[in-house]
Amino acid sequence: MIQVSEVSKRYGDTVVVDGVSLRIPARGITTIIGPNGAGKSTLLSMISRLLPMSAGTVTVDGMDVTRSDSKELAKRLAILRQDNHLPLRLTVRDLIAFGRYPHSGGRPTMEDKAHIDRAIDYLNLNALADRFLDELSGGQRQRAFIAMVLCQDTDYVLLDEPLNNLDMRNAVDMMKLLRRAADELHKTVVLVLHDINFASCYSDRIVAMRAGKVAYQGAPEELIRSEILSDLYQLDMAVHEIGGQRICVYYR
Amino acid sequence: MPADIRPGLRLALLGALALVCIVAFMALGANGNWSFVLPFRGAKLAVMVLVAYAIAVSSVLFQTITHNRILTPAIMGFDALYILIQASIVLGLGLDPLGNHDNAALKFAAEVVLMTGFAYLLFRFLFTGAVQSLHLMMLVGIVFGLLFRSLSSFIVRLIDPNEFVVLQDRMFASFNTTKNELLLVSVLAIAAASLVAWRLRHRYDVLALGRDMAVNLGIDYRRTIMLTLMLIAVMVSVSTALVGPVIFFGLLVSNLGYLTAGTDRHRLVLPAAVLWAIVFLVGGQTLLERVLSLNATVSVVIEFVGGLLFLFLVTRKTQR
Repeated sequence: MIQVSEVSKRYGDTVVVDGVSLRIPARGITTIIGPNGAGKSTLLSMISRLLPMSAGTVTVDGMDVTRSDSKELAKRLAILRQDNHLPLRLTVRDLIAFGRYPHSGGRPTMEDKAHIDRAIDYLNLNALADRFLDELSGGQRQRAFIAMVLCQDTDYVLLDEPLNNLDMRNAVDMMKLLRRAADELHKTVVLVLHDINFASCYSDRIVAMRAGKVAYQGAPEELIRSEILSDLYQLDMAVHEIGGQRICVYYR
Repeated sequence: MPADIRPGLRLALLGALALVCIVAFMALGANGNWSFVLPFRGAKLAVMVLVAYAIAVSSVLFQTITHNRILTPAIMGFDALYILIQASIVLGLGLDPLGNHDNAALKFAAEVVLMTGFAYLLFRFLFTGAVQSLHLMMLVGIVFGLLFRSLSSFIVRLIDPNEFVVLQDRMFASFNTTKNELLLVSVLAIAAASLVAWRLRHRYDVLALGRDMAVNLGIDYRRTIMLTLMLIAVMVSVSTALVGPVIFFGLLVSNLGYLTAGTDRHRLVLPAAVLWAIVFLVGGQTLLERVLSLNATVSVVIEFVGGLLFLFLVTRKTQR
């Protein structure tokens, strides 16, 4: 369980995240949605200790993220931010192998190698495993990074806009994979998504943020409603139920 | 892993080339006068190898923790700072601390602490997110270098001419005037720093992925950076104390190192950079002294080539 208590982030006089308290239960997919500048990514970065917070605490399974041993945390929680650009010449397999660093300390054992192969399989990267990252398309590279994070084999997986750079087919594959990771491997997946329909179709819980605060939270069927979303995004949004999925229409 | 074989072979060839340079430096024109040649050239060789090693390793580590391949400690003004510290010591305390060899280790330690402190301040200012542009960082480095050099020359005008002569010796790069009394302290300092760096080599591979990835993978980022800055300060102090400042040499050998290693693993990049540094310094000195019979210092040639590479890297970066 991730417990966020009164967490704030200020840059000078600008408050980006404003006293957010949130409980993210273990297992399943929790998606954070909201308009640009709502503080979603900032919150995710603070939960994963990438960004120091101005106030408040975050605990993961009872461990305070700012005080606990970083290496122990790395075995429980993995984070992938958006725009992963590496100036390095690395093969896909080398990158994925870095996911084992918290466990192996740089000296991979046979067990680590098995984890690496499994992650490559899981993301269907076998054909690309020995290619260099700079030779891949944006979508393939994104999959390689996700494989690295899964290879880290943590209970908590935090992804900031994992569907960036992915076309529709790859986006669906990615969401199905995260669903499988949550259902079969019992991971706790926390996502920041912009595509509201993916959030609606794949999440167990949705947290809606606006202006640095949690505006709404709950199951998709409670949250994906015309009046709530219209208020959240300040945009007329219709919600239709099509084939058992709640789909938002807002294009015109 | 099969991917490791070819870089391994390249490294071996480079090692052989470095060895040839060393043998040529020791043997060419010796005329069988070994009892004189061995200790004389041996000391010079030891200094050159030590400096080559210190500059190569400090440059690669600096580039790893700053996540770029253009900045080096020398370009950021670390060498100039060392000179400024030297000048300030002479101004404040006179020549005694410099001349008194018993204090060499103590003085060295004090200098390293000062250097690390400055490096940390610079680092906090530049690399914790406030400044993102590489060009801005380069500019800051060059301005700092200029400031330190100007301050040093200002101090030089204030001190006694006799003290100035001693100091001047330290302010210009030269591989001809060796300072044997510093050699032992230097070897010990470098060995200790290397031991720490070698133990951290896997961590450096992870650090090269960027701050976010490194933190995600459980690296204690701030502590590792601090420790590394300390190692770099030790190495820069040693190389500057032994031969004086050389600005573009580190850039040259680190980039050749990346090219030769063909990967970003530090266990391959670091040896490759060190070997290239030895080839350039020892080989260059041999060529100038013995083959071309020139008295020019090899540092001038190295700065020329390294400066060209610097310009090339900067303009290529801009085009992208």
